[in-house]
Parts: sequence; C-alpha cells; structure tokens
Amino acid sequence: MSASILPLTLDNISYSSNGQSIIDGISLAIEAGPSTIILGANGAGKSVLMRLMHGLLAPTTGRVRWNEPDAASLRRRQAMVFQRPVMLRRSALANVVYAMAVAGVPAAEREAQALTALDEVGLRQLAHRPARVLSGGEQQRLALARAWALHPEVLFLDEPTANLDPAAVREIETVIKAFDAAGTKIVMATHNLGQARRLGDEVIYLQAGRVMERAPIEQFFARPATADAAAFMKGELPWA
Amino acid sequence: MGAIAEGLRRVFELDSELWRIVLLSLEVSLSAVLLAALLGLPLAAALAVNRFPGRRGVVVTLNALMGLPPVVVGLLVYLLLSRAGPLGELGLLFTPGAMVVAQTILILPIIAALARQALEDAWREYDEQLRSLGARGMQAALTLLWDARFSLITAVLAGLGRAAAEVGAVMIVGGNIDGVTRVMTTAIALETSKGDLPLALGLGSVLIAIVLVLNSAAQLIKDAAQRRFG
Amino acid sequence: MGLICQTLLVLALAVPAHAQEKFITVASTTSTEQSGLFKHLLPVFERKTGIQVRVVAVGTGQALDIGRRGDADVVLVHAKPLEEKFMAEGHGVKRYDVMYNDFVLIGPRSDPAGVRGTKDVAAAFQRIRAARAPFVSRGDRSGTHFAELEIWKLAGIDIASDKGPWYRDTGQGMGPALNTAAAMNAYILADRGTWLSFKNRGDLAIAVEGDKRLYNQYGVMLVNPARHAHVKKEMGQAFVDWLISAEGQTAIADYKINGEQLFFPNAGS
Repeated sequence: MSASILPLTLDNISYSSNGQSIIDGISLAIEAGPSTIILGANGAGKSVLMRLMHGLLAPTTGRVRWNEPDAASLRRRQAMVFQRPVMLRRSALANVVYAMAVAGVPAAEREAQALTALDEVGLRQLAHRPARVLSGGEQQRLALARAWALHPEVLFLDEPTANLDPAAVREIETVIKAFDAAGTKIVMATHNLGQARRLGDEVIYLQAGRVMERAPIEQFFARPATADAAAFMKGELPWA
Repeated sequence: MGAIAEGLRRVFELDSELWRIVLLSLEVSLSAVLLAALLGLPLAAALAVNRFPGRRGVVVTLNALMGLPPVVVGLLVYLLLSRAGPLGELGLLFTPGAMVVAQTILILPIIAALARQALEDAWREYDEQLRSLGARGMQAALTLLWDARFSLITAVLAGLGRAAAEVGAVMIVGGNIDGVTRVMTTAIALETSKGDLPLALGLGSVLIAIVLVLNSAAQLIKDAAQRRFG
Repeated sequence: MGLICQTLLVLALAVPAHAQEKFITVASTTSTEQSGLFKHLLPVFERKTGIQVRVVAVGTGQALDIGRRGDADVVLVHAKPLEEKFMAEGHGVKRYDVMYNDFVLIGPRSDPAGVRGTKDVAAAFQRIRAARAPFVSRGDRSGTHFAELEIWKLAGIDIASDKGPWYRDTGQGMGPALNTAAAMNAYILADRGTWLSFKNRGDLAIAVEGDKRLYNQYGVMLVNPARHAHVKKEMGQAFVDWLISAEGQTAIADYKINGEQLFFPNAGS
C-alpha cells in the first residue's frame, strides 16, 4: 500500500485572470479524513480554488503541493466531478471504460470494474444507453461512477447538485456518502447549506478569494466567526 | 427548360461513356476527400487543442487558404508533376492520380479550417473534463475528433462539394483526356465550348443531382446519429 | 515531411488504377479534338496495335510547350512555322506532313461588310476592317489565331496597331469564340471541322471559303527521346508511322461530318 497523496498543501497561492484577482493569498492544508466543504457566495472563488487544487489551473503565485512527486500517479489518484457533467458520445458503460483506459487500467479488467461502478450508483440497467441522452441526474451519477471506477483517494466536487431536482440531489448525496464510507477524501464546493451539513465534517468559508474561517461544521453553523459568514447563512435558505 | 429536358435525354443516350465519366468523377473527388480528411482532421484537432506561439498566424493562414483558386492550384501542381518539373519521375501528369493530388491540395484547407472551428467549439466543452481524467495531447485530440465526428461531416461535405464542382485544377493537370481523365465538370466545359449547350446542361443536371444525393445522404446519417447518440 | 509526401503520392497513384502501361500521350489542339477526328481515327489504330492513344487537346502554343517539357510522346498540330521552330530547337525527331483541312470565314447572313461569296479572303478582311464590322479573334496563340494574323498581313493591315472596338480579342478556344461571335453577330475565322460540329450558330453562316491561303496544314512529330529519355519512342513512332501510312491516310479521308470530308491526307506529297 503506497503512501497517501495527502496532505495537499497550498502555499500562499494567488490566482488572477485578465487583471482581476480571484484568489488572494490562500495557505492551507487538506488532510485525510474529514469531509471538507468549501462554502461561499457566488463569486467568492470556490470554483477557481477547486480547479487550483485539482490541477486544472496553475496559480499565478505560490505553490500547490501534494505528497506525491509523480504527476501521472497523482492524476490517477484524485478525481473531480463538475457542476455540469461532460459525457462522451458513447454508451454510459463506454464512458466509464474510457476513464479507466486513460488511467492505464489493463484492458481485460475494465468492463467488469466499470459495471461494478455502475452498480454502485444504480445505473447498471442504463449501461448501454448513449450517455448524452440520460437525464441531468443520471449523467451526474454516471460522472460519479466514472470517478468511482478509478478508486481515487481524493474526490473534488464542484457544486455537483446545483442543477438538479430534489430527488436527484438525494441520489447524488447517497453516492457521495458511499464514497466517504469507502475512505475517499471528499472536498466539495457548495452553497447549499443543508447539503453542507448533511455531508460535511469541516467548513472552509471563502469570501472575495480569501479564507475567512475554517472550522468543524457544527461550530461554523452555531457561531460563524465573521459577520459576513453570518449574513451569508441568513441569506441562503437551506434546502431540507 | 426544354433544353434541359433534351439534354437529359441526350445524356442518357451516352450510356456507358456517361457512366465512365460519372464514376471517374466520384473516384477522383472521393479519393481527394479521403486523403484531405486523413491529413486535415488530425491537423485541425491539433490546432484546436494546443496553444503555441504563432498559432493565430497558422489559423488565419489556414482560413485564407480556403480561397485558393482552383486554376492556380492546377497550374502549380502541373509545374510540379511535369516531366520538366521536380516530381516528373512519378509520371503522374495527365492521369487521374494528378487530379487527386490537385484536388486534395485544394480542399485540405477547407476541411481543416472548418473542422478546426467546430473542434475548437467542442473543445470548450470537453477541455476541463478530459484534462481532469488525465487525457492530454494526442490522446485528447483523438478523443475530441471521434466525439465530434458528426459535426465534422459538415466540414467534409464542404470539401467534397468543392472538389466535385471544380474544373480549373483537374482540367490543367488531367488534360481532359477522353476515356482517361474526363470528369463531369471538364465534360461540361468541353460540350459548352463545342456549342452543344443542351448536352452540357444535361451533364450539369446529372452533376447537381449527384451532389444533392450525397449531401442528403450525409445529412440523414448525421440526423440519425444525433438522435441515437445525443 | 518527406515520408508524408511519399505516402500521399503512393496513395494517389494506387487509387484510380486505370493505369494501363501500353499507351502514348499525344499533344494536339482543341479544334482537332472538337472536330471529332480522334474519336473516329484512334480506335482504328488501337484495334490494330493495342496501343491506347491519350490525346491532351489544348491550344497549339500549349501543345508544343507540352512537347518541349517532355509531357507528351507525340505532337500533332497545325502551325508549320512553330513546328519548324520546335524542330530547330531539337525537341522533335522528324516532322511529317499528315493532312490539311481548311479555314472558313464565318459571318452573319446580314453581311455588313459585303463579303459573302468572295473568293479572296484577304480582300474580305480589308472590307471588314473598312466597314468596322464586328470581328472575333481567338487571340490565344493557336494555329487558327496565327492563320488569322497571316491573312491580316496579306491584306496589308497591321492589325496590332489598327484594331478598334470592332475587333474582339477573346483569348478563347474555337468553340467559345464561335459562341461569342454568334452572340455578337460577328465575323470570325474558324476551322471547317469545328464549324461543322458547332451547334449554336445563331445567324452565322460560311461567308468565304476555298481560297488556297485558307488551307491549314497538319504536322506530326515524335518528341525527341534524346532530350527526354522517358518518351515512349517505339510506340510513339508506331503512331507517327501509321498516320502517314496508306491505312492511316485512308482512315483520315474516311472521316465525314454530314457526308462531308473534313481532312485531306497529304503525307509524302
């Protein structure tokens, strides 16, 4: 069993684009264990922070450090689910198999493991349906199956249920809990307070590209450290 | 109108000669499309996916080359393939091979430029997800190419249309030799210059019909595939 | 890059594989092809020898140029001064007379220059210029074009400096030039063969014919294999020999349009 790729350390990272500062000097460490929720209003920089951590964006200054020097290995051991799932023009099963092929899983093992992943998210009977004709909720579950098949150590989720109806939201949250139970580190951005409470163990509260507070979830909800956070929670109506 | 009707009647009297001309036209243009697609689609994908210094210039040049005049391409290929030219040893001049070469050069920019545009639009959708999965470079480009395959039909059809319609390049490098390098367009040019306008109109009608059929077939495939695959 | 080029060319070669090795390329003129002579003549030769004759029909200037470049095995044109120049430059092995046809002066039936029925074509040209009647010239370095220029010279007219808007230099082949003349109701010098096959006559008809100066001599030359090593000299020579043989000459004489003979064999005369 090789060493964990965590902790993920952000060393005073900043990110700006077109002269606009989006992330302004964030330093923190993400450890294994508790599910981390990134909370903040729209425009606070949650999506950009997620992409910086996942490696889709490079910080303008500062460094993103993992506990794994080999870039290819690092790539395989963390996965991300986006707000809008992007599926290839092929069957649901083929999409999962594709991800495994890219990750270097031997051909003989791909289909069986892919079917298991589809089972896990309840999409087995849709395995041969073209992925792009599936509903929004089904596609998001497929994205999770795709991530599941790779058994990542860290799973990033960028507002995964923002576009879904309540029933689909529940299905997705069930899968995320399953990931958590299997030992995957969850890092999720959301502005759904109820969801944060249901799925998270700690909160990182972001405002204007800076970390304003980091606390265990119940502490944050009971006594937010900043007036801004308190206002944020009053403004956001938690879904049941 | 009557001229077209008479022309069609005369055209079908031509019988075996007509079929030979039609078949050769299809062979030459479809071969050129195949070659141009084999070369142009990967080029388009590479351009769509990669960023490098000077990329803007390449894209602009590629777009501009869409407007290459066929007769100029014909002249340049003629000079290349002539015995007096650098590639004379190949003995390609005045054969269908030369016509394929000229048409490939002519439509390669069309297919590549239009495909690049479609692929760049598609890349905006796929970029993050593919990079997140770890697909990069050639692998990402090929995945993109395959996924966008139905929108690429349009680019390929544009190339086919240009190839089937042009007369300048194939006339010069093929020589419009009876039974060997005479295609629909050069036959039409010949009959027009002989003053046999009804026959020219008849051949023209057949050419238009063929192009319409090919386009309709491609559109049907595209529609069916989109319904099936989403 | 080189490998890509090679692959491309090999594919292009392999693709339409009509390649039959036993053929020769003959550079000739558009007017000769459009007269229909080759469709009549070549099958006779091909049946006898099994050699396919591929004719590239372009303007006389270009046909000779094709010969100079070595892109043809045989050249068959009708512009003796240019052919002799071709020979002098060393591009041909030997020049043979093959046949002649004639030019005719075509004009509108309304005949604004009053030349219909004249036997003297030079005089007719003078009258056309005097009347400033519309006249279409091919202007394309073809045999017909050179013949037309010769007649202006014989008529004592320096057409290059003397032309006005009545003289239309079109730079076209015989067929398109006739189309233009029909549309403009103009006079035009044409070879009889193309005229007989021309269907879009409008108001045009033959105005002047029979003047000896309108005779159009054809010559054939094998492209010099000493200059161009790949020339198919045996097969090319076989074609040349056949054209000037009794059999070839008879086949030429046998070609008729509407019962009228177009070409008059005169090899060895």
